[in-house]
Amino acid sequence: MTKKLLSDITIDHIRSMIEKDKRVDGRTREEFRPIKIQKNYVATAEGSALVTLGDTKLLVGVKCLVGEPYKDTPNSGVLTTNAELIPMANETFESGPPNERSIEVARVVDRGIREGQAIDFDKLCITPEEEVWKTFVDIHVLDYDGNLFDAANMGAVAALKSAIIPASRFDKGEDFPFPMKHMPISTTFVKLDGYLVVDPNYDEENVARSRLTIATLENGRLCAMQKGLGGSFSRADVEKAIELSLRFGNLIRDQIESAGE
Amino acid sequence: MKEESSSKNASESASKRALVLPGDLIADGEYKPGTGTYAEEGKIFASQLGILNIRSNFINVIPLAGQFVPIVGDQVIGMVIEITPSNWLVDINSPYPAPLHITEAPWKVEFGDTARYLNVGEVILARILMVDEVKHIQVTMKDRGLRTLRGGQVIEISYSKVPRVIGRNGSMIQMIKNYTECRIIVGQNGRIWLDGETESIDLAVRAILMIEEDAQAIGLTDRLREFLEDATRKRG
Amino acid sequence: MGGTPTDIQLLDANGLRLDGRRPDELRPITIKADALKRADGSAYLEWGGNKVLAAVYGPRECHPRHRQDPMKAVVQCKYNMASFSVSDRKRPGPDRRSQEISKIISEALEHVVLTQYFPRTSVDVFIEVLQADAGTRCAGLTAASVALADAGVPMRDMIASCAAGKIDDTIIIDLRKEEDNCGQADLPLGIIPRTGEIVLLQMDGDLSIEEFYTALTMATEACHKISALQKEALRKRYSVAPEEVSDEVEEAIDAIAHGEEVDEPEEHDEKQEES
Repeated sequence: MTKKLLSDITIDHIRSMIEKDKRVDGRTREEFRPIKIQKNYVATAEGSALVTLGDTKLLVGVKCLVGEPYKDTPNSGVLTTNAELIPMANETFESGPPNERSIEVARVVDRGIREGQAIDFDKLCITPEEEVWKTFVDIHVLDYDGNLFDAANMGAVAALKSAIIPASRFDKGEDFPFPMKHMPISTTFVKLDGYLVVDPNYDEENVARSRLTIATLENGRLCAMQKGLGGSFSRADVEKAIELSLRFGNLIRDQIESAGE
Repeated sequence: MKEESSSKNASESASKRALVLPGDLIADGEYKPGTGTYAEEGKIFASQLGILNIRSNFINVIPLAGQFVPIVGDQVIGMVIEITPSNWLVDINSPYPAPLHITEAPWKVEFGDTARYLNVGEVILARILMVDEVKHIQVTMKDRGLRTLRGGQVIEISYSKVPRVIGRNGSMIQMIKNYTECRIIVGQNGRIWLDGETESIDLAVRAILMIEEDAQAIGLTDRLREFLEDATRKRG
Repeated sequence: MGGTPTDIQLLDANGLRLDGRRPDELRPITIKADALKRADGSAYLEWGGNKVLAAVYGPRECHPRHRQDPMKAVVQCKYNMASFSVSDRKRPGPDRRSQEISKIISEALEHVVLTQYFPRTSVDVFIEVLQADAGTRCAGLTAASVALADAGVPMRDMIASCAAGKIDDTIIIDLRKEEDNCGQADLPLGIIPRTGEIVLLQMDGDLSIEEFYTALTMATEACHKISALQKEALRKRYSVAPEEVSDEVEEAIDAIAHGEEVDEPEEHDEKQEES
């Protein structure tokens, strides 16, 4: 997947604005773009959410079916996370099987949910050692202007929150709400010209030297981290990032809770 | 549907500056097909979404969207995307990349020495030298004023909005230049280069995007003037 | 398909369908042009229980290179269903059905796009079904046509598409899921509304020749109604009442149409290029 080539003029301009704590869309370095979340967007999914983060738009769908548990966790449900960076979302996205970028996003979102103990997997057990609920979280990027990680994470959490296990359809009893215990929320930063910049848009991502995603929980604990691209972060950067992640985590969590259909 | 379009007579819709869509019948024999149209069975139809326009004997549709295809003489702002020993490949925001040959550069360039004068990612002001029947395009930098652009910012808008951004006799772009004190060069290909203080560039960009968003609306000039007045007053 | 015997009454005593529609009635359709920011053109369509997104990039440089045509643009359409768009999750990635649909839609669109104006390029059309309820290929083609117009791709007309079918020996149009699964025939159709030319036609099931002609006529009428909705969606997004176009804009439009330079005086700098 090709990276967009930006002119040296645009790169310099982005950098000189960042130094003045301004960004091309008018934000400061520590501001998120406007977020809009709509739950239950797709009736054919067990749960779903349409997320708009600035000009990035994606749709997450949750599907559940009955299957066999993994041998090493015979009484737990199974979660599979998948991301599709479909070509319509950006001129640099190519058709084909998941590439390393979509795999990374899927795994980071998955990790946040799994390590954050977000799901009560025991409640997803139907018959121990035989039948469990298998949950598929499918992230479908529709329009891409940066920050895949946070948009996908918000979408996944909102979709799971709105999901109903279709037990009656499979003759496994009554339908019940998807068992979510926590809401892990991620915040992504890039290092631009030595500065920490939150929620990068597409151009900023292309100019940035390195990227850091931190997922936090309601109780103020960390549950996942991922550094990406080349470059590096100082310890002070990481401390700042953690502080901001906790703050944004709470704000975004509230938005997901109050999101309507 | 078919009944509706054919009952609307051509001169009626033409005089109304109507929005036309692909497939709309716009003329029935009196005119010659211009841009954004095609002819079939002696009639002329719109091929693109746009505004109807009649000029001498031609009926045209001025498209509201579409890819930029240059004509000879167009001034364009391009970005170098590839270098070879004898030319630079320039992206001009068109489906067709445009090579700049070393003989069309403003410097005396030896074969193989191209990277010394212009590199990948650099931005140039150039003119369209040639466009052949199968849309092979070439650019030149040999005219007066054509050069490498440095500093400032480059933005991209839909090429079809360029006339609106420039305005009648350049009045619109001049207004923006006056209020922001920026140097601004508008390429026919929808790329615009601005230079000045960072805040001024920011203001000019927002003004231009306002025009692009609302190109057809009435009172746009006044609203834009108000916006610029307001912003410059705030800056003090 | 195949008319599997079923307990479902597809047509009631009054000749009304499951959702109360008459045989010639369309499901509710809403179309929104310019639905995405990044793509050159786009459209979002809701048709009964279908939610379909279409996007266009191009004309642009043709990839893969070997598909390039030196004389014209190639139209490449990719139709895909999201894994959560159907009741039983669909594995992501193209399956044979999606590939077939992509091909027939590409071929239909190739017939209306004025490809000769853009040699060596491709017009890339993407159709994504987010929620499915039968008739997705017709919905996709209808949305793709609006997206192409939104992108300013030169075309002869926008293709309108709708399916006809047969349930309980009655010809109907616009089948919903149950009618598609349990009916006796399915006939997706795509036409060029201006001329009536047929650019997409498939059929499976059991029809007499007379029934086929009835179905064709009914589907064609439905396509004309859909064509009106396509145009309405674009007008809604782009229209300015003719009286509202200001003098200034008129002048600018006139000048560009005439090929005049609407340039401001050239920018000249004393510091010319340094080598």
